[in-house]
Amino acid sequence: MKLRNTLAAAAALSIATLAAGAVFADTTLLNVSYDPTRELYKAVNEAFAKDWQAKTGEKVTIEQSHGGSGKQARAVIDGLQADVVTLALQGDIDQIAKTGKIKADWQKRLGNNSSPYTSTIVFLVRKGNPKSIKDWDDLTKDGVEVITPNPKTSGGARWNYLAAWAFADQKYGHDEDKDRHFIKKLYANVPVLDTGARGSTTTFAQRGIGDVLLAWENEAFLALDELGADKFDIVVPSLSIKAEPPVAVVDEVVDAKGTRKVAEAYLNFLYTPEAQKLIAHNYYRPSDPKAADPKDLARFPDVKLVSIDDPLFGGWAKAQPKHFADGGIFDQIYQPKSTN
Amino acid sequence: MAASYGLGFKRPSAIPGFGLALGFTLTYLSLIVLIPLSALVLKSATLGLAGFWEVVTGARTLAALRLSFLTSLFAATVNAVFGTIIAWALVRYRFPGRRLLDAFVDLPFALPTAVAGIALTALYAPNGWIGQWLAPLGIKVAYTPTGIAVALIFIGLPFVVRTVQPVLEEFDRELEEASATLGANRRQTVFRVMLPTLLPAILTGFALALARAVGEYGSVIFIAGNMPFISEIAPLLIIIRLEEFSYPQAAAIGTAMLMISFGILFFVHLVQAWQRRRFGHD
Repeated sequence: MKLRNTLAAAAALSIATLAAGAVFADTTLLNVSYDPTRELYKAVNEAFAKDWQAKTGEKVTIEQSHGGSGKQARAVIDGLQADVVTLALQGDIDQIAKTGKIKADWQKRLGNNSSPYTSTIVFLVRKGNPKSIKDWDDLTKDGVEVITPNPKTSGGARWNYLAAWAFADQKYGHDEDKDRHFIKKLYANVPVLDTGARGSTTTFAQRGIGDVLLAWENEAFLALDELGADKFDIVVPSLSIKAEPPVAVVDEVVDAKGTRKVAEAYLNFLYTPEAQKLIAHNYYRPSDPKAADPKDLARFPDVKLVSIDDPLFGGWAKAQPKHFADGGIFDQIYQPKSTN
Repeated sequence: MAASYGLGFKRPSAIPGFGLALGFTLTYLSLIVLIPLSALVLKSATLGLAGFWEVVTGARTLAALRLSFLTSLFAATVNAVFGTIIAWALVRYRFPGRRLLDAFVDLPFALPTAVAGIALTALYAPNGWIGQWLAPLGIKVAYTPTGIAVALIFIGLPFVVRTVQPVLEEFDRELEEASATLGANRRQTVFRVMLPTLLPAILTGFALALARAVGEYGSVIFIAGNMPFISEIAPLLIIIRLEEFSYPQAAAIGTAMLMISFGILFFVHLVQAWQRRRFGHD
């Protein structure tokens, strides 16, 4: 009987604690994001928590979850209680929206197609650029090894692929057969297909494999900061892709948790001058450059950027199935008996 | 000789609690094993038989399955041989540092597989400690199927050692002595007296190492290179299908792996049963 009493007491106590917790708890948001945004959101979360407390007197804690963009989207679809998603690809948020967890019009709810910042793809080469890699067509030369992750498993890698495609399309005057051939030659120079962007950075930087790494602009700058500017150089190609990583509130979760107000404020905060400044400082291109520190802006090289909404791609809804679906152009590259 | 009683249901066992134990076993097995597996099969069943067949017999799927099962079989075979030798050394000889070595055997169990994969890749990459000596000889380990086999040998080793070791410890030395007094030489004793007794344990270890290797993802992914048709393992192909949000296709590949694994394990059990009958062990 003694044990039973103890258990009952413990149960009562824990229920009481939970109830009390619910009344006095600070609001907690979960931001489910993709791989390279760790440093950015750490800075933004701190600033937002301060801002929110100053405005409303409420305390808010933001928890972070990072991983490959597609994997994160699947986790949310399968029930991860994310209040907001900040992913690498519009297509990943569209997949969540298909389940009804996010309203279909999500992309119109915030400015710039719901992308508070953009980024692009650049080359990271070994110091002094021994293979003199200047532009995308240097990547298809014999004897050049290119490191890029698998577009099937990495959102960033899809931007790499599309940037190369955009270059080829311009160079060969919109001849799709030649574009395919260019992409095939490029991927023939890829010796390892890692599953994520950080994996590729490790292969290139730590294992010493490859002559050039195709990387997010912010990852390339971070690699210089962390691994040493004396080991690598950044090369900016003549043309690259305008990567627009979008953000959205997960309607089903915030309505159930009652966190809609703070979640929306959090995403709106990303567009404020304060957050835009942090964004530029963390090597992402701000949507409102006026707010950023000119010194931070000066670090971004001028490069011609092609958007996914360019007629060449026709948006993610068209580009995704054409290039990356099962049997799509990327798969055809690796077919032993390919038609091209 | 319990088996000769036939169905044990009607004859009350001397040990109480049969109903309770069986009920518990069935519930537990259903919850932990059968329900998730049925969910997997059901998901792949949404494709229909023709659709399932198309996914499973696709050239890329076949290449991935072949790679996964061949490297796993190879790794399990290597482990069966060397694991038995290690178990033999640890049981039969007394030498300084034996207990420490014994503890080392379990390390592949304890290490998170991703850590193992990263460590092995660092060692075998062309600029790694081991890789730099192999590279001039033209031997590439990391980012090739050879690297996959190395990772699978690493993670599978404890299974063989830990299943063979206790059997070897219990091995009746009098049998060896009897065999010697009957005129068998040392070789004959090992191969005709000892090995048949150890074989069921070795086979169990082999089967466990194989099953583990087939499903291994974490350590392999770092060392494999992941090139389609060359070094892309079946579990990676499942992840790729999931990334495409093609759940039924992913489940179909999973189901195919399950069926092949079940077939191999079933075969191993048949060999064990045949072996038991032949040598009269029970």
